[in-house]
Amino acid sequence: MKAHSPTRWRFRRPSVIPGFGMALGFTLTWLTLLILIPLSGLAVRSSALGWEKFWSIALDPRTLNALRISFGSAFIAAIVNAVFGILLAWVLVRYRFPGKRIIDAMVDLPFALPTAVAGIALTTLYAPNGWIGQFLTPLGIKIAFTPAGIVIALIFVGLPFVVRTVQPVMEEIDKEVEEAAATLGANRFQTIFRVLLPGLAPAVLTGFALAFARGVGEYGSVIFIAGNLPFKSEIAPLLIIIKLEEYNYAAATGIAAIMLIISFAMLLVINLIQSWSRRRYGYGA
Amino acid sequence: MQTQRLTRLLAAAVMAGSFAIGSIAPAFADQTLLNVSYDPTRELYKDFNAAFAAKWKKDNGEAVTIQASHGGSGAQARSVIDGLDADVVTLALEGDIDAIAKATGKIPADWKTKFPNNSTPYTSTIVFLVRKGNPKGIKDWGDLVKDDVQVITPNPKTSGGARWNFLAAWAWAKQANGGDEAKAQDYVAKLLQHVPVLDTGARGATTTFVQRGLGDVLLAWENEAYLSLEELGPDQFEIVTPSFSIRADPPVAVVDGNVDKKGTRKVAEAYLNYLYSDEGQKIAAKHYYRPFKPEAADPADIARFPKLTLATIDDFGGWKEAQPKFFGDGGVFDQIYKPAQ
Repeated sequence: MKAHSPTRWRFRRPSVIPGFGMALGFTLTWLTLLILIPLSGLAVRSSALGWEKFWSIALDPRTLNALRISFGSAFIAAIVNAVFGILLAWVLVRYRFPGKRIIDAMVDLPFALPTAVAGIALTTLYAPNGWIGQFLTPLGIKIAFTPAGIVIALIFVGLPFVVRTVQPVMEEIDKEVEEAAATLGANRFQTIFRVLLPGLAPAVLTGFALAFARGVGEYGSVIFIAGNLPFKSEIAPLLIIIKLEEYNYAAATGIAAIMLIISFAMLLVINLIQSWSRRRYGYGA
Repeated sequence: MQTQRLTRLLAAAVMAGSFAIGSIAPAFADQTLLNVSYDPTRELYKDFNAAFAAKWKKDNGEAVTIQASHGGSGAQARSVIDGLDADVVTLALEGDIDAIAKATGKIPADWKTKFPNNSTPYTSTIVFLVRKGNPKGIKDWGDLVKDDVQVITPNPKTSGGARWNFLAAWAWAKQANGGDEAKAQDYVAKLLQHVPVLDTGARGATTTFVQRGLGDVLLAWENEAYLSLEELGPDQFEIVTPSFSIRADPPVAVVDGNVDKKGTRKVAEAYLNYLYSDEGQKIAAKHYYRPFKPEAADPADIARFPKLTLATIDDFGGWKEAQPKFFGDGGVFDQIYKPAQ
């Protein structure tokens, strides 16, 4: 875990083991094939719109609403996941109990399950006549077919991202650190908030960013539970599908490009915060 | 750190993988037909494909495997445009086949003339499915905008069936108001405010109504309504046939560009023609589609279809006119949904 000197804008001196050229070449080829070419295709297709049309799509109240709902609910869901993901990871790292392996494996289920299945299952649970929904409806709480349903679906699909990024870092924090904090007079809260959490911050941020990014683009699980009412619970990916249904590829890619720009900007900011906190607190490099 | 990297890699792989799903590898043998169809025809084509394969084997001594792909009509059309090797398409809307013809040139522009009845072997209509005993007393379109009534219909932007629903409501309101377009628009706008959920497809809407218990009435393809009744028992739901509805025409076409490349033209044409044969018509009627030749079908099946006045898409100037006017970007649907927010 030695910190490297920040030699920026220069290749680090190659290691004695050869292969740098090949490794860099492989990295660039792979990224180009899988990410750059598809994404530039997106840019090229949406450029068919021209600026004026692009802005009229971007500033259309329906698009703005959909973007707000997509990014807003992904943000809320990622925050919920960050909090409960840390707790889950903590329990899995620090305690031993029967069935721990099973619970550990269960965390990954949202990765494996087709998201549409998750969406249908959640809708069944939270619909007004569902197992959970039937108890909430008399209380006047509506989850399915409202934005709350979207958040629930996104919490579900995003959870493993936080747990799985925080868990290994947490495993590396020695128990002695906490004991040392305790012997130096820190109370439990101080230990958690001043000793443990700062070290976990970069990993939590990574998990948050992954869960957030996943949530923004999520379609399958949301579409069944959202209700899909324009201006109320219509997500941006649905708007893209709607444009595709009109065979309006340019508008669809236009909205996609807007989402991409916003997502990229947010991920960049999160990355900057992350590298700042990493410099500040160490761990999780 | 190893595990973290691994997890990231796994996460990335999962994300990449979720994009890759949907592209299905087509065809292995020569005599394999791919029928790209829309959502509520699953049961119909399951039956029909078996019947056709048996017939083909008997007549030609060759085995033919028919693969069926079902999904939202527009999405299915896009798959074909993007290169899915469909031999025949059997979609919910003429406009979707037109889109394939226009985008790929694999279907001739005059495809509608290639088979009888404008290439529509069976038709359907839009009816109401209500809960047993019809507690809200829904008899006709006018009852759908009563205060406490919730209507389930999919999103006309994403669902072919929903477009038929929309136009059926419009046609009813227009004739009820002596041809007044503005009043028809008011009625449909009001109707949409009674819709609590806009599913993306007809099957989704059926599930919302039937399984989730949401809404008082489902606007559905007649065949979907009967199917729900059959699957879930008539003790829970009833079909209400309104006084007036629309004739929904789901057309069929051979994808010439693909069959010529694959050498399957003969079997593809025989396949679609078989839909018009007595056996084909019988199977369609059995699955609650209104056959082109009712006399060929089982009279008991035909007796299930109530008589009602039907508007047709021609009353709207055909799909070429209706599609952009009502469902295009900035069209009537967009206009009446915007102020409703």
